[in-house]
Amino acid sequence: MERKLPKKLNFVLTLLFILFVAFLLYLANEKLDEYVLRVVRLIAIYGVMAVSLNLINGITGIFSLGHAGFILVGAYTSALLTLSPEQKMMSFIIEPIVPWLANVHTDFLTATLAGGALSALFAFLIGWPILRLSGDYLAIASLGFAEVIRIFALNAISITNGPLGLKGIPEYSNIWWCYGWLFVTVIFVASLVNSSYGRALKAIREDRVAAEVMGINVFKHQLISFVVGAFFAGVSGALYAHWLTTIDPRVTTLGPMLTFYVLIMIVLGGLGSISGSLIGAALFAILFEWLRDLEEPFVLFGMRVPGIKGMRTLVISVIFILVMIFWQRGIMGREELTWNNIYRWLKRRGESG
Amino acid sequence: MSEIALEIKDLHVYYGSIHALKGISLVVPKGQIVTLIGANGAGKTTTLSAVAGLVRVQKGKVIFEGQDITNKPPHLVNRLGIALVPEGRRIFPNLTVYENLLMGAYNRKDKDGIKEDLEWIFQLFPRLKERLKQLGGTLSGGEQQMLAISRALMSRPRLLMMDEPSLGLAPILVSEVFEVIQKINREGTTILLIEQNALGALKVAHYGYVLETGTIVLEGPAQELLNNELVKKAYLGIA
Repeated sequence: MERKLPKKLNFVLTLLFILFVAFLLYLANEKLDEYVLRVVRLIAIYGVMAVSLNLINGITGIFSLGHAGFILVGAYTSALLTLSPEQKMMSFIIEPIVPWLANVHTDFLTATLAGGALSALFAFLIGWPILRLSGDYLAIASLGFAEVIRIFALNAISITNGPLGLKGIPEYSNIWWCYGWLFVTVIFVASLVNSSYGRALKAIREDRVAAEVMGINVFKHQLISFVVGAFFAGVSGALYAHWLTTIDPRVTTLGPMLTFYVLIMIVLGGLGSISGSLIGAALFAILFEWLRDLEEPFVLFGMRVPGIKGMRTLVISVIFILVMIFWQRGIMGREELTWNNIYRWLKRRGESG
Repeated sequence: MSEIALEIKDLHVYYGSIHALKGISLVVPKGQIVTLIGANGAGKTTTLSAVAGLVRVQKGKVIFEGQDITNKPPHLVNRLGIALVPEGRRIFPNLTVYENLLMGAYNRKDKDGIKEDLEWIFQLFPRLKERLKQLGGTLSGGEQQMLAISRALMSRPRLLMMDEPSLGLAPILVSEVFEVIQKINREGTTILLIEQNALGALKVAHYGYVLETGTIVLEGPAQELLNNELVKKAYLGIA
């Protein structure tokens, strides 16, 4: 009755799949127009955001609403490192930039890693107090900390250029960087989840007290999951900044709205499922771009409808509410898209058919 | 007198302003089954939680094999060799039976020993072996209780604390659970058993304590307690 594929076949299939996706991406990069390509890249960036939040929320069960804070740290850190000294001097018109930041200039990879690392450090410092809370209290505290980070970015003018934000960030986030980082994120998080360590994280999600008496140091495990999640959030922030090319500390760009978007992705895809997060991220990115048409004037059943600003956010929210009512587990639930699961599913269909 | 596994000295626990344990002292000798019986709200679960490190002890001492473990965090208490079968089973519903069992052995590195213990558990509870790939939450109540006991055993504890293992089980399963408790004890594990089912508990135990609103009102060898007039009246329902 063992319905399992041999390990070797599993590996070969995975390798073929990765090569196939790489080939598709290569084709997309060559053939698709700039606008569609931007969405394709955004899917990968959202994917990194979603997978990292899923590690914290879906797998460890820490109901964190602070993801945008970590994304912001990654975005600003990396942008300040890749902007040329001249560009920085030009942008900082309210107050000149602090001297220790004025002349640093690094390549994109270093900047991304620095963004992730600083984000992880923030998570470590924030996690220390807030992980002692649980449930709703933790959600509110994490939301609060993310806002503190955002307000800091708004007011530390000599570091972040305040409300004006950073402009002219080089558009380094090409298709290979985005999907490369997505690949690293998925591999890292998936191997973490499938280790005995990941099993402990899931046990904490299921029953914190029982996990404690099983000898799991709950606080330490949660903190590590929080820090790893924040690292990849920082990385996604770096990719996002170099995709947007302009970042500012408004609520809608790197504030609570972004946290809620990522939350929608992982709930839509299925809390606790990595493949679900990826599907959720792709759906969200495509849907959100497609709904842009609602904000332009359009014709519906022969009637002219004027474009309404913010309409797409409204529609997304309604869709989200409907999903919550009728499809609570999301698309994947807690299942993963693995070769074994596909094989088992095909076999079951074959047996019943 | 044989060696002492666990000793509780004058234990006081408060929940806010409620004085839940008012100076409890008890001794669990090595290799024995000691039971703590009493009505709802007497402080039985609180006593176990205090030993396990889940609630704060305000006054008093908990000593395990000569070592003071008062207010040690739960994961460290487990590492010392104390396992708890918590009230209400608390298995991990979305992990498989196998994963649940492995969680019990989380702090162990000896792969061969873990395998051996798994085999031993399948002998104790053959039904778990059939359900290995199933999610914990899909088991019946009785199977979940077996899983909870097995999970605790997977850490190969020297002291096993059980919180109402017979609660909510069909009568036939209740006697099965008590039989298993005796079997586990015979293989060398010391057991501290908490029960509302006083009759069942006293029948398998060597020694018993009766707890009432946070204090121990009576203690003695289990056989004596079974024949005690007060116990008969209040807990066994025999007039």
